Amino acid sequence: MATTDVSQPRARPVRQSLDVLGWLRENLFNSWYNVVITVALLILIYQVVSGLAGWLFTAQGWPAVVANLKVLLAWTYPADQLWRPQLALGVVTLLLGLSAGVWRGIVLALAVGFGVVCLLLALPTFLLAPVPAQVALPAWQMFLAAAALVAVGAFVGNAGGQRLRWPLVIAWVLLYPVVILIIRGFGGPLPIVDTNLWGGLMLTLLLSVSGIVLSFPLGILLALGRRSDLPVIKWFCIAYIELIRGVPLVTVLFMGSLMLPLFLPGGESIDQLVRATVAVTLFSAAYLAENVRGGLQAIPKGQTEAARALGLNVVQTTLLITLPQALRAVIPVLVGQFISLFKDTSLVVIVGLADLLGAAQGVVGQPEWLGTPGGVWRETFLFIAVIYWFFSFTMSRTSRRIEQQLNVGKH
Amino acid sequence: MSDHRSSDDIIICEAVNKWYGEYHALRDVSLRVKKGEVIVVFGPSGSGKSTFIRTINRLEEHQEGRIIVDGIEMSNDIRNIDAIRRETGMVFQQFNLFPHLTVIDNITLAPIWVRKKTRKESEARALELLERVGIKEQARKFPGQLSGGQQQRVAIARALAMEPRIMLFDEPTSALDPEMIKEVLDVMKELARSGMTMLCVTHEMGFAREVADRMVFMDRGQIVEEGTPEQIFTNPRQERTKLFLSQIL
Ligand SMILES: Nc1ncnc2c1ncn2[C@@H]1O[C@H](COP(=O)(O)OP(=O)(O)OP(=O)(O)O)[C@@H](O)[C@H]1O
Ligand SMILES: [Mg+2]
Repeated sequence: MATTDVSQPRARPVRQSLDVLGWLRENLFNSWYNVVITVALLILIYQVVSGLAGWLFTAQGWPAVVANLKVLLAWTYPADQLWRPQLALGVVTLLLGLSAGVWRGIVLALAVGFGVVCLLLALPTFLLAPVPAQVALPAWQMFLAAAALVAVGAFVGNAGGQRLRWPLVIAWVLLYPVVILIIRGFGGPLPIVDTNLWGGLMLTLLLSVSGIVLSFPLGILLALGRRSDLPVIKWFCIAYIELIRGVPLVTVLFMGSLMLPLFLPGGESIDQLVRATVAVTLFSAAYLAENVRGGLQAIPKGQTEAARALGLNVVQTTLLITLPQALRAVIPVLVGQFISLFKDTSLVVIVGLADLLGAAQGVVGQPEWLGTPGGVWRETFLFIAVIYWFFSFTMSRTSRRIEQQLNVGKH
Repeated sequence: MSDHRSSDDIIICEAVNKWYGEYHALRDVSLRVKKGEVIVVFGPSGSGKSTFIRTINRLEEHQEGRIIVDGIEMSNDIRNIDAIRRETGMVFQQFNLFPHLTVIDNITLAPIWVRKKTRKESEARALELLERVGIKEQARKFPGQLSGGQQQRVAIARALAMEPRIMLFDEPTSALDPEMIKEVLDVMKELARSGMTMLCVTHEMGFAREVADRMVFMDRGQIVEEGTPEQIFTNPRQERTKLFLSQIL
C-alpha cells in the first residue's frame, strides 16, 4: 500500500461530479418504485405547467392589468402628483446606493439586487405600459432612473468612505418622516394629498413599513418592560402583550377604526389611515416584544455580569451588550414577522382602505371589463400575488444573507 | 479603625454573611488584603469561593457584615457600587467576552463609556495591553475566532483597560485545555509581579506556590485556614485543609 506523506499539504480532493444522465439515474430512476413516482410526477407537472402556460398566453384579462398599473401601484393618488411617490422612491434608492458604497457587504449585495430588478422591470414596462399624459416619469424611465441612482449612490458612497457614515445613519432615521411628508405634502409647492386617495402597492408598503418602524421601539420597550424589576411596569407589559396576542389583527383593526372614535373626543376626525397604522403598530409591537424577549433570554448571564463588573450601568449594559446580541439573534424571526405583516396589511380592506388587494378588487369591479369572457379577476389577482411573492421572497433571502454574515462573529 | 483610608488594607471584609434563600452560603467570612498582595483562594466545589469573590464587586449581594474596597464601603448606594466596580477588574471562568464586538472593541468599550476616554486614546492603550498579554495581532478578530487561552488573555486585557487597583479571578484556567493554561498563568504571574493586588480563586498550586503571598482555604462557606503557601503546603494546621490538599496534589 502506498503511503501518503502527511507532512506535506495536499490539494483538497475533487469531488467526483456526475454527468446529467448519471445524476438522473442515481436520484430519480434508482429503483422501480422511484421510476413510477418520477413518471407520475412528470405527468402531473406537465399537466399543470402546460395548462398554466396555455392560460397565461390566451387569457384576455391582461389589458385590464396593463391599463390599471397606476391604479394597482398608487390607486387614486392624483396622476399629476405621481412624481412625489417617485421622488420618495428616488430618495430611498439613493440612500441605498450611498450606504452600499460606504458599508459594502450585505448592503452592496442588496443594492445590486435592487438595481438589477429595476433594470429587468424597465423592459416590460417600456414595451407594455401606456404612458398617462401627466405622469412625470413613465414607469420604465422610473425604473431606469432608480437603477442609475443606486449605481451613482454606490459610486459616491465609495468615494466618500467612512466620512459619510454618520450623515447616512441620520438620513436613514429621517427617511421615514421625510417620505411621509413628500407623499402627503404640506401645502404650497407640495399640495396636501388626502390619505383617502392613497392606495395600491404604495399603501401596502407604507402601512407595513410604518407598522414595523413604529412598532420596533415600542416592541423593544415592551420586551424590556416585561423583564423589569418594577412590578407595575412588568404587569402592564405582560397584560398588554398577552391581550393583543390573544386577538386577531382584524379585531384590533376594527377596534382602531370603528370603536376608538366612540371613546376619544373628536375621534371621528382622526384619519382612517392613521387609525389603521396605529392598530397595525400596536398589534405588531406585541409580537415583536415576544420575539425580542426570546432573544434577550437566550443571552448568557455572564454577559451582563461581565458588563456590570466593568462598571457599565444598567442602561449601557442593555444598549451596548444585551440588546444588540438579542436583536441579532432574532433577525430572521423579525424579518418573518415583517413578511407576515406585509401580507396581513391586506386586512385593511375591511376598514375601507384600498391597499394592493383592495386596488385589485377595484380593478376587477371596473365596468369596462364586464364584457371580458371569464372576467379579469384571475389575471389581476395573479399579478398582485406575484408582487406579494416577490417582496416576501426578497426579504427572506436578504435575512438569510444577513444571518450568514452575522455568524462570523459568533462562538 | 474609623478611617479606612489610612490603613494599607485595600480590601476589608468583616463577618460577611450571605444566604441563598435558606442556604447559608458565606458564614462570617473576614479577610484583609493589603495593597499589592496576591491571595489564592481554594477549597472544594460548592464551598463558596465564587460567591465570596463576587460579593467584593457586588455581583452577589451580602446580607450581613461589612465590605470596604479601597476605602469605599459597599452599601446599597449605586454610586458606591459603581465606584467599587471601577476599582476592581474581574476575570471569569467562562471568559464572558462580548461575542458581537471585536477584540479591540471588547477592550475599549468600558474605557470609552465609563471612563469617558476618547476612542483614539483607548485604542492605543488597548493595543499596549494586547501586546502585554501577547496577542496584539488578534486585535481585529472576533472572540469566537480565538482559542480559549487567547480569549482569556483578552478578558484579562479588558479588565486591565479600566486601570483597576484590584483584580479578581474566578477559576480563570478551569475551562481551558491543558496546553493553554500556561499562557494564561504566565500573564497572571507577570501581573502579580508588577504589584497588582490580586484575589484569585484557583487550584493551580504551582501558581500559588510561585506568586501567592497568602493562601485562603474555604470550606462550607467558611474560611477554614489562611497562611503563607510555605506554611499551607508543608504544615497545614487544620485537618480539612490537609485532607483537601492530599486529594488535589
Ligand atoms: N444563585 C444561587 N442560588 C442558590 N444557590 C446558589 C447560587 N449560587 C451558588 N449557590 C450555592 O452556594 C454554594 C456556593 O457556591 P459557589 O459557586 O460560591 O461555590 P464555589 O466554591 O465557587 O464552587 P466551584 O468550585 O464549584 O465553583 C453552593 O452550594 C451553590 O449551590
Ligand atoms: Mg466557583
